[in-house]
Amino acid sequence: MAKYKSHLLVCGGTGCRASESDAVFESLKAAIAEKGLEQEVQVIMTGCFGFCERGPIVKVLPDNTFYTQVKSSDAAEIVAEHIIKGRKVNRILYTDPKTKEHISDSKHMGFYKKQIRIALRNCGVINPENIDEYIARDGYQALGMAFEMGPQAAIDLIKKSGLRGRGGGGFPTGVKWELALQNKADQKYVVCNADEGDPGAFMDRSILEGDPHSVIEAMTINGFCIGASKGLIYIRAEYPLAIQRLKIAIGQAREYGLLGKDILGSGFDFDLELRYGAGAFVCGEETALIHSMEGDRGEPTFKPPFPAQSGYLAKPTIVNNVETFANVPVIFLKGVEWFTSIGTEKSKGTKVFALAGKINNVGLIEVPMGITLREVIYEIGGGIKNGKKFKAVQTGGPSGGCLTEKHLDTPIDYDNLIAAGSMMGSGGMIVMDEDDCMVSVAKFFLDFTVEESCGKCSPCRIGNKRLYEVLNRICEGKGTMEELDRLRNLSQVIKDTSLCGLGQTSPNPVLSTLDNFYDEYLDHVQNHKCKAGQCKALMNYVIDPEACTGCTLCARVCPVNAISGERKMPHFIDTTICIKCGACMEKCKFNAISIQ
Amino acid sequence: MSHIKVELKKEDVAKLKEICKSFNNKPGELINVLHQAQTHFGYLPAEVQEIIARELNISVAKVYGVVTFYTFFTMIPKGQHPISVCTGTACYVRGAENVVEELKRALNINVGETTPDGKFSLSCLRCVGACGLAPVVMVGEKVYGRVSPDGVADILKEYE
Repeated sequence: MAKYKSHLLVCGGTGCRASESDAVFESLKAAIAEKGLEQEVQVIMTGCFGFCERGPIVKVLPDNTFYTQVKSSDAAEIVAEHIIKGRKVNRILYTDPKTKEHISDSKHMGFYKKQIRIALRNCGVINPENIDEYIARDGYQALGMAFEMGPQAAIDLIKKSGLRGRGGGGFPTGVKWELALQNKADQKYVVCNADEGDPGAFMDRSILEGDPHSVIEAMTINGFCIGASKGLIYIRAEYPLAIQRLKIAIGQAREYGLLGKDILGSGFDFDLELRYGAGAFVCGEETALIHSMEGDRGEPTFKPPFPAQSGYLAKPTIVNNVETFANVPVIFLKGVEWFTSIGTEKSKGTKVFALAGKINNVGLIEVPMGITLREVIYEIGGGIKNGKKFKAVQTGGPSGGCLTEKHLDTPIDYDNLIAAGSMMGSGGMIVMDEDDCMVSVAKFFLDFTVEESCGKCSPCRIGNKRLYEVLNRICEGKGTMEELDRLRNLSQVIKDTSLCGLGQTSPNPVLSTLDNFYDEYLDHVQNHKCKAGQCKALMNYVIDPEACTGCTLCARVCPVNAISGERKMPHFIDTTICIKCGACMEKCKFNAISIQ
Repeated sequence: MSHIKVELKKEDVAKLKEICKSFNNKPGELINVLHQAQTHFGYLPAEVQEIIARELNISVAKVYGVVTFYTFFTMIPKGQHPISVCTGTACYVRGAENVVEELKRALNINVGETTPDGKFSLSCLRCVGACGLAPVVMVGEKVYGRVSPDGVADILKEYE
């Protein structure tokens, strides 16, 4: 490889590409070419840096300078000033929101300080479309180590590391592998679950887009450990970039003899195929996923038999999540002792979270297990947007629950989150502020579950629909006290009697909001009030006669003529006509209109 | 759904048979076949499903069952510019619902429908992974970030 003096890394993740990082990449290349620096400076498009809030991101190596919200028009200046003259372009450096100082080195940014990147170790560092860059970062060494150790010793290593499934359940990965090793069969399969369907989680996509080889290497190790010669990656068809990069990576691995026959002279054969999901959340459940790969409706079936006993085409099958696989090679390289030194007693290592919602630093973060919510929200996330008050954080997606202020100092791990009435899930972490109505949030998740329920078992198909209807009535101010009790009872029945993980966890958003925000439910039912001002049926727009100047603007924008009043006199909204569109409040220049 | 009658051309039938054959007419490859068929036709009308069923030697009911199970497959032709609003949780808490309402109003169609002139179709999808830009709207492959109801008209104007 050519030796370059410095590198310009442009984020090629979905978030940054949506804000046109492609154009930034091309402009930087053009600017470098114009100055004749192609032999000294390399421009690379990498995977996600995680700091999606301020994309597009450009990082300059070796000095770690971190430019945010870069436009293609900035390219010439970056090259002329930074690369040639060595002067950083302050204008686009990250500014610390507290001290208002420019921070040039990403290591000193609050967003990165508390992070430990294991699964994301190569994201934003290497060019995902070049296998040499992965190999230069010790890629495919773990595979060689596994070959030397032999299957049982390699499985023992994973068992000792305490690695647990990162897709949601938290099942010990090594134990799963051992079960598949013990089951004798002429053909076994390794499956990577990349059907990321949790709304608000995108870590699997970022890993596949930023570091596809780590997953390919881990799947090959897994295949060697259990004696499987075939691997399948089940990926969402909605992830075109991840699919494209996986295809490139698989092609390169075959070319290098890292996939195919007699890998690295070990006598072991392994190859990979892609299978496409078609948009069904329930296919994240492993039995449903297997049925979908067989060309059927993705409906789950009863366990046992577990897939490790009888899975794809009735052969022993291991299904692991993308993030779980991404952890595997590092455990071989750095050892069990190092891995187990990170995390809590029963949850080792790190977890990737997609931090989003009403928070200043939206992005993808990887933190050690045992970190507190407070550290995540206030130190990494930079606090709540627009200085509003923190209300809740939702983890675990549609299967999880809401955590509140009292959970802020609880160390995050699998068991603590379940004890708090939520779960780890795949790692969505949505922050909500005082303007979010928790009944509406529960309704939002139930709406999702109703739509995504496969319909096979009645508790999930019918029960969730009834839960949704009750929540809807409460949001319209038509709920009764009896219905509040019914919500809780029905939730419990659905949890106890549903067939698969989706149904068994679907009432969690209802139960956790009932537990933590019962007052809000009461307010809706008894006082017909929604304090957050989200439930339209319960709101009334009111004009403050003191503040109103009688400018008539509100009356003119009202689409249903519900506002009356003389010019220069206080106006009045007729609530029987008002459709609560909010146009008047938006237009009022005197803040005279409020929601009550 | 069968009210949309489609006359399949000879070459379309040949193309379908070719797709099935490329997967060795194996019933287990149904989903892969449907993906390719939808890429070719843009949607999966009943007539297409019948041919696939015959080629893979499975019942039409089974094909229909799979097509209707997965949200990615559609039996209604999408508009020339398919509009998808992300209704993932991050977009939801940043006001995606109001954007959907405004699009419904501006286009005068419901979610899952196509405008009579075939220009736009409206659908919701779950998380495109650009939560930093929430709420997100996609028109075709193009992603629009931080969309507010007020910004809807400007986006639509680009396609007129």
